[in-house]
Amino acid sequence: MKCVKIISLSKRLLISVSRFTACVLLVLVCQPSFAQDDGDHQYSSAAIEAGSRVYVQNCALCHGPQGETVDGINLRRGLFRTATSDDDLRGVISQGAGEGQMPAFDLRQEEMEGVIAYIRAGFDPDGIAVKIGDPLRGRVLFEGEGNCVDCHRINGRGPRTAPDLSDIGAIRTPAVLQRSLLDPAAALLPINRPVRIVTRNEETIIGRRLNEDTYTVQVIDSEERLRSLIKTDIVTYEISDAPSKLPTTLSSDEVADVVGYLLTLRGLQ
Amino acid sequence: MKNINYRWQVAIVICGLLATHSTFAQVSYEQILNATEEPENWLTYNGGYSSQRHSLLNQITADNVDNLELKWVLQNQVFGAWQSNPIVVDGIMYVTERPNNVMAVDAITGRVFWKYRHTPVGDSTVCCGANNRGVAVLGDRVFIGTLDARLVALDRINGHPLWDVEVGDVDLAYSVTMAPLVIKDKVIVGVGGGEYGIRGYVVAYDVETGEEAWKTYTIPGPGEPNHDSWQGDDWEHGGASVWITGSFDPELNLTYWGIGNPGPDWNAGQRPGDNLYSDSVIALDADSGELKWYFQFTPNDGYDYDAVQVPVLADIVWRGTPSKVMMWANRNGYFYVLDRVTGKFLVGEPYVRVNWSSGLDENGRPIPTPQPEGMPTYPGNQGGTNWYPPSYSPRTGLFYFSAWNDYATIYRPEEAKYEPGRAFYGGGFSVLSPTPGAPTIGIGRTNPINNWTNEVGHASLKAMDPQTGEAVWSYDQFDVSDSGMLTTASDLLFTGGREGYFHAIDARSGDLLWKVNLGGQIVMAPVTYMVDGVQYVSVISGNGLSTFALRN
Repeated sequence: MKCVKIISLSKRLLISVSRFTACVLLVLVCQPSFAQDDGDHQYSSAAIEAGSRVYVQNCALCHGPQGETVDGINLRRGLFRTATSDDDLRGVISQGAGEGQMPAFDLRQEEMEGVIAYIRAGFDPDGIAVKIGDPLRGRVLFEGEGNCVDCHRINGRGPRTAPDLSDIGAIRTPAVLQRSLLDPAAALLPINRPVRIVTRNEETIIGRRLNEDTYTVQVIDSEERLRSLIKTDIVTYEISDAPSKLPTTLSSDEVADVVGYLLTLRGLQ
Repeated sequence: MKNINYRWQVAIVICGLLATHSTFAQVSYEQILNATEEPENWLTYNGGYSSQRHSLLNQITADNVDNLELKWVLQNQVFGAWQSNPIVVDGIMYVTERPNNVMAVDAITGRVFWKYRHTPVGDSTVCCGANNRGVAVLGDRVFIGTLDARLVALDRINGHPLWDVEVGDVDLAYSVTMAPLVIKDKVIVGVGGGEYGIRGYVVAYDVETGEEAWKTYTIPGPGEPNHDSWQGDDWEHGGASVWITGSFDPELNLTYWGIGNPGPDWNAGQRPGDNLYSDSVIALDADSGELKWYFQFTPNDGYDYDAVQVPVLADIVWRGTPSKVMMWANRNGYFYVLDRVTGKFLVGEPYVRVNWSSGLDENGRPIPTPQPEGMPTYPGNQGGTNWYPPSYSPRTGLFYFSAWNDYATIYRPEEAKYEPGRAFYGGGFSVLSPTPGAPTIGIGRTNPINNWTNEVGHASLKAMDPQTGEAVWSYDQFDVSDSGMLTTASDLLFTGGREGYFHAIDARSGDLLWKVNLGGQIVMAPVTYMVDGVQYVSVISGNGLSTFALRN
């Protein structure tokens, strides 16, 4: 078996793993170039830091230091009753909500930006707070100019060759979603690497690898068939680290809108 | 009436004969001493005092291994990594399950004779799961260490507890996860808790009474030699746990134990000095516990490189000289051969990528090359290998073990304050991975899907030549492996891995001869035994203990 692996290790990032659980946390400090590349797609660390003070003074009394003490809301995890976009959050904060249960707050612009950044960073002063736009505009972009539906499937519609995004908003952070759009090669997970397999009987299979062990590999091929192959029947096995999509050409506001839309995709509720 | 009396008399005589028979079922110290010459039984954790995990049984061969068939499965009723190693005595298997249950099992049918349950107290603290790695036997007794740091002696015939003593203070996070080791009239254990600021020790108890016979700390106290390898009061909570069963050389009367990491784990700068005897092997007088020599693999360790591997002993001709050696594939990525009479370093070579050190000096001391902050350290936190038992075959002259290739960690040391019984890590770490959000390797496997380990590390079974310190051959797997090894006199090597395959490999060539997918991670070594002329091989995969023998 000729086994060609085209994985570039230069893009290696860190995945933080707590020692005794498989709990995975992003460690972003090791990729300073990434933060620079993102420009105005995200809030600054200074804003997040400032936002933490605004939060403690104004919000923590009701929402709690971890943002989860109001029923049905978890600010740290991005679970809100009505809001989706940053504009929604601004509206709730400046006008109040819950028929008077939450008062309106008169914050200066930098305070408002800071507290939204702090919420979007998951209450982590070292985190990255991604700008999140309007999900309705995002959906239009997703289905139109963004060409996303050419490959992705949502709620039973669309092809299965790329990952099904029906619950992507529940399983990815905004930062990861944004990175997938801006720099898909850096965000490509092992499961989404395109594979090319040539079998002993000269069949060429293009697809995505679902599972693998020492002796077998399971893929979904370009015809959307689930295939299980024995490695001794394989003569060429290539795993590419080049994603099948290019970095998006959408503007930063449009990316924020698409991220906003993706975050609404939360699977079966 | 006379007849009835006569029948009773006959019955009493028969009972007397049975009682005599049950004394034959005793396991004597001499039997354990010569365990390898009694391959129908598996009498100690590592199959004998030299811990070679090599069996003289040869019924299963390269030619007939294809005819292995499943004879029985014992399903564990308690979920979690099943790291227990069975002991087999005269057709009865003694195996533990989580947290501290012991079962006596018919080794032919897999049916259970009795089960002893020990429920550890609620505030037991263990770093890495409710693990227990098995029992020891002597006479008519079975010995088990517990998560709440007790040692319990059971009646081997009915599972009834005979004595139960405290090994350590559970409130200070002492625990026992290892299988005890019986030497002569003593049963010996070590204590876990290296992530909780314990001060480790090896301790021996009288097998009859449970009375403490000796206790040797793995961190020397004030006035003792090498106390100055610690500063201030660091020694009081410096870890150096003992959680893997040691070995014994009866000629030298030395028992060897691998010692765990210093604490706090990842902040070496917080505890200046070599931190002896953390990450060392220590040689103790088996009668007194007196320290005779030590060899430290990783001084002032900041990478969690516990030396909790099994000391594998062999008498070999080493580079032309008959030698009593100890072979050791260490978590720090180096394979060592030591003179086990003196502890002298003979050879040490890296078996995986190593960048925390640029090599070993003539005494085997590593030349440190700490990586810049944020850069990966090879091997990673789980090590180039870990606690899984290796095997040495005197027939091939090779040492076999599971290595993790291409696995790295970025460490993040932080100042840690010692609080009794609380976690004492000194920071954290990250496993190197190719993409943010990508899955990586943790302790154990709970997911049937794996499409990433080729990018974060994978298993490589290595056959090491102690003459050169280098691998003669390797057998790679897609996932990493926590499986131990078993070799037999027919030059078969049995082993597994996280993928759940149980392999029979040619111990000379490394060629795969047979495999079966048992479906759950194999996180312990197989054992072999013989009953009624049939050789069995048992291995735990996931929550099932599967036993194979040749088709009739």
